[in-house]
Amino acid sequence: MMIALPILFPLFMAVLLLMNRSHNYQKVVGIAGSLFTFGIALALFVTVQRCGIQVLQAGGWEAPYGITLVVDKLSALMLLISGFIGVAVAVYAASFVPSALISGRFYLFFHSLMMGVNGAFITGDVFNLYVWFEVMLMSSFVLITLGSKRIQLKGGIKYLSMNLLASLFFLAGIGLLYGKTGTLNMAHLADILRNDSHPLLMNTSAMLFFVGFGIKAAVFPFFFWLPSSYYTPPVAITAFFAALLTKVGVYAMIRFFTLFFVQDPIFWHNLLLAIAGLTMLIGGMAAASQYEIRQILSFHIISQIGYMIFGLGVFTPLAIAGAVYFMIHNMLAKTNTFLIAGLIHRMRGTYQLKSMGGLYKSYPLLAVLFLIPAFALAGVPPLPGFFGKLFLIKAGFEAGRFLVSGVAVVTGILTLFSMIKIWNEAFFKQSPTEIHEECQHEKLRFAELLPSIMLASGTLALGLGAGYLYDFFIEMGEQLLDSTQYINLVLNK
Amino acid sequence: MNYTILVIAFRYIRFILVFFSILTLFRGHNLPGGGFIGGLMASGAFIFQALALGVQSSKNSLRIKPSKLIASGLFLAILSTLPGFFAKGVFFAGTWVKIPLLFGATLKLGTPLLFDTGVYLSVTGVVLLLIFTLMEEWKWN
Repeated sequence: MMIALPILFPLFMAVLLLMNRSHNYQKVVGIAGSLFTFGIALALFVTVQRCGIQVLQAGGWEAPYGITLVVDKLSALMLLISGFIGVAVAVYAASFVPSALISGRFYLFFHSLMMGVNGAFITGDVFNLYVWFEVMLMSSFVLITLGSKRIQLKGGIKYLSMNLLASLFFLAGIGLLYGKTGTLNMAHLADILRNDSHPLLMNTSAMLFFVGFGIKAAVFPFFFWLPSSYYTPPVAITAFFAALLTKVGVYAMIRFFTLFFVQDPIFWHNLLLAIAGLTMLIGGMAAASQYEIRQILSFHIISQIGYMIFGLGVFTPLAIAGAVYFMIHNMLAKTNTFLIAGLIHRMRGTYQLKSMGGLYKSYPLLAVLFLIPAFALAGVPPLPGFFGKLFLIKAGFEAGRFLVSGVAVVTGILTLFSMIKIWNEAFFKQSPTEIHEECQHEKLRFAELLPSIMLASGTLALGLGAGYLYDFFIEMGEQLLDSTQYINLVLNK
Repeated sequence: MNYTILVIAFRYIRFILVFFSILTLFRGHNLPGGGFIGGLMASGAFIFQALALGVQSSKNSLRIKPSKLIASGLFLAILSTLPGFFAKGVFFAGTWVKIPLLFGATLKLGTPLLFDTGVYLSVTGVVLLLIFTLMEEWKWN
């Protein structure tokens, strides 16, 4: 019962949100729904911590035949964090999404996106994963074009066409995989492929999946759709996308390449590491050359995706733990920087760094709120970005992957550079006078700051509690790399 | 504009479409048919009316807003997952009840039918929402 709730509850919210279009109703139900979704995720997380992996065979059809929902440590953690971010974004959207869009059913698509994301995190079936990807794609396409401004439609078409292409690769991979093995249940696949004597035969389908997920996750050769579409919708929507969409791609990659595509490690790990290095470096350099806040942050998402793929490529428990830790940190901090970009826009009426400044003098609290996620992303010690990079680079050196670990260090410096650029231009620099006087009277209400404060405290907790959380993440890494427990529980051996 | 043939044809065709859509819905579990195609047929009846007598007339005879139709369809779909949980303790499990009718015949009703009805309603709602919006946007009549 519990396991299906992260999917069913957002669907139920969609029903409620369809009943009435009024502005206040949408806001109240939307925010309350996100709170409940978070509560469900929290309960599920506690259950998994106490009782281990949870399995639900939908409709009572046993594993290789029916659809299986599985929640292990990784899934539970992803549910928890995306629920938390959902609450923050829902609260933020109430004051930052134009009211015409809120009665235009913003929250409906917010919750259906949430349903798709949650479904992707808990499914144990490859085709079912495809279905959740489609649910996500549809709702996110509506969200990205909500309000149908010209620029949004332009970005939306790029987003949609690239992601449809990704779905095509994904589906082709599914077809090949099913043709070769006769099953799409992840645990059953793992059981079959672990004792496979022809590892080379699986590489075609693995490559199709890799390209499909690579487009979704915006890794090196396929990232161009992301910066050209993410800056177009209202910033609350961008923040939500930045937190969830690419990370679901990374999650799927981690799941596939730890659970069943493990036959040809030399080829795959080298490929993953090469892609990771290029993604980090190119994303970081592109971010450093931009002057629009949302563009900097969008390119920056790409460079951070590189770190997660790097962890997957090194493939030791520490590296996987580091990749997941980094992903969690990134979801919190990245969303927060986008939310703050929205706050800056409210203050200064622009996203262009060149025409803003002086925010530190007028809004010191905002400056502090920006510093936390920015320094976390840049990897300043007590914050989680530092520990994430530490785990990853340490694992990289231990595994003898010196080149790509070096690239990770260099990219850290590039990240620091672009964060300092935003800091200098937006907060420290003298404000260009005319804009300053125009918008000086805007005051930020507490409700507008609350989501940022929530996410910043999440970041702080993740950083300061890194010592306590270390064991949890290492256990998760071990659980992912040793999948016999997963297989046995799902297949009921 | 008034199309006489369309208006007269519509009176007869509407009932046929609605009747067969429901028939298709009910036979859907074991034979070709089901909620999706049934929903398309049902929405066909209302689209026909919109073409013959105008969108407003079609909306009036639908009585319920298409978005509410979608909502109720989704709600039935959610509802259909619960009986399995309460009867067998397994989520989504199909549960059937047999209702004896006259002359020894029985009516088998189950959660798949409930789910299909949900699909039927939401497909009708989605299609009508699309068509009504487009027809109003283009000022069809």
